[in-house]
Amino acid sequence: MQTLTEKILSKAANRNVAPGDVIEVFVDIVAFHDLTGYHVIEVMDKAGKRVVHNVDNLVIAFDHLTPPPDVRSAEIQQFIRRFVKEVGVRNFHDVGYGILHQVLVEKYVLPGQVVVAADSHTTTSGALGAFAQGMGASDVAAVVMTGKTWVSVPQPFKILLKGRTRQWVTGKDVALEILKEFKADYFMGMSIEVFVEEPQFFPMDYRLTVANMGIEMNADTLMFVPDNVIADYIKSNRGLEVKLVKPDSNAKYVDEYTVELDKVDLLVAAPHSVDNVKSVRDVSNIDVDMVFIGSCTNGRLSDLEIAAKIMKGKKVKTRCIVIPASWNIFKKAMELGYIQTLVEAGCIVTYGTCGPCIGGHFGIAGPGEVVISTSNRNFVGRMGSPQAYIYLTGPSVAAATAVLGKIAEPGEVL
Amino acid sequence: MIIKGRVIKLGDKIDTDAIIPAKHLRYTDPQYLAQHVFEPIDPEFYKKAKNAIIVAGKAFGMGSSREQAAIAIKAAGVKAIVAESFARIFYRNAINNGLPAIVCLEITKEVNDGDELAVNIETGEVIVNNAKTMKCKGISGIALEILKAGGLIEYLKKIALTRTSL
Repeated sequence: MQTLTEKILSKAANRNVAPGDVIEVFVDIVAFHDLTGYHVIEVMDKAGKRVVHNVDNLVIAFDHLTPPPDVRSAEIQQFIRRFVKEVGVRNFHDVGYGILHQVLVEKYVLPGQVVVAADSHTTTSGALGAFAQGMGASDVAAVVMTGKTWVSVPQPFKILLKGRTRQWVTGKDVALEILKEFKADYFMGMSIEVFVEEPQFFPMDYRLTVANMGIEMNADTLMFVPDNVIADYIKSNRGLEVKLVKPDSNAKYVDEYTVELDKVDLLVAAPHSVDNVKSVRDVSNIDVDMVFIGSCTNGRLSDLEIAAKIMKGKKVKTRCIVIPASWNIFKKAMELGYIQTLVEAGCIVTYGTCGPCIGGHFGIAGPGEVVISTSNRNFVGRMGSPQAYIYLTGPSVAAATAVLGKIAEPGEVL
Repeated sequence: MIIKGRVIKLGDKIDTDAIIPAKHLRYTDPQYLAQHVFEPIDPEFYKKAKNAIIVAGKAFGMGSSREQAAIAIKAAGVKAIVAESFARIFYRNAINNGLPAIVCLEITKEVNDGDELAVNIETGEVIVNNAKTMKCKGISGIALEILKAGGLIEYLKKIALTRTSL
């Protein structure tokens, strides 16, 4: 009688584990990006040597400083490229490929694996039924060097997604609904296992957004219980038939909660906390300076499709920045005409960079400015000025807001 | 090990973007980072941080995996953090950099800014102003081993890379 959490961690520890145990686990995939990667390599150097336990388990993708906005960023990337060459990293994705978490789910992660990466949004890979945790540079360096790490086995919490979402309501609204109900500190020390009652009506893109936001719930990890949607996603991307690791039917959870999907509203997280969740109706008419559609949270094909449907034949009234999460997504969006629609509406479109989400570059918020963003954090100063106001939302509200210049629901535009 | 210091009290949900903004993450030099610690909420923080103990509420260090958050706090001279709870990644980063992080459920109710604390990091005993004693959660297991080694780099050098198990 094991939950998915216990099943994955028992296999990775080579013994049966229970919540609360502090265990050593073998890690299937370890990853880092440019902004944390140079730090990981510095730690390896300080610890003595650049030994890589298993080079085939190591994935590197440049995304935070991409393309480099200044000399120091370019130097950081040069430093990592030299490491890649020196130790013979094969799974390396330079500038222009994609955001690390998107690259991991497109190409590498499988259900039942343990994934560790030097970035908090590593929980994204939980959408594929992997136990995925972000860690700091030192912890990740230790995994690169030894192939192992220590983990405190979290308390499993079950969330059931029941029914179907209403039009324009997506995974982001579901994640915000959970944050509204529980607040950002409830799930500390827990792993959330999400069961989808009607799998085909909660597609992969929605799941990736919810899993990505698992870290904003402060969950130790958030995993979707593998089903056919996950199997089909991996088969269509990589041609692989995967074995679905599932929890036992009588496994015990500390608690459970059901989200009635048809009752989930279009939501925003208002400044300056991700659990300050409100209905769009309660914040409508607030003037907006910049709209950002992208990031590892909402830079996927369905996000761009929704934005293009809403912006088709219209002009934006805000600055509008759109960043597909990977080259693959950008290319598909181009073939389907979404990019053309968004560009004609007046958006600036690039791909494969975290950009403004971390206040890095490609659209920094100024003092007093109001931003609507499909990214994951609205902490003070997150996207630039500490005097900026960030509202987080899904793609439909972001697109409608860009068209009207104030926070709006899609129905007000179409 | 007993750590003594003067309390700087902070609130709930102190996030890593507040501790050290992303624009400083292209550097790992502790002295550079120390000067920018808590910049968005208190740019002068580093001037009063020497020998301080931070007392905070829930989910301290939530948000990003940036290890510079723990490095900056330590380099500014903070001796330990006592909080009602810690975000998982930050907790590990603190321990990995030799910065003690102690969980204490009632701490913000019992302690004020400027109080003197003595924290036993193993037993979890916290003495406030040489008078009141609180029982908090001590650090144990692998976290204590890493902390005692002086951080994860030293731990890796001394132990992990010379034997088969972490």
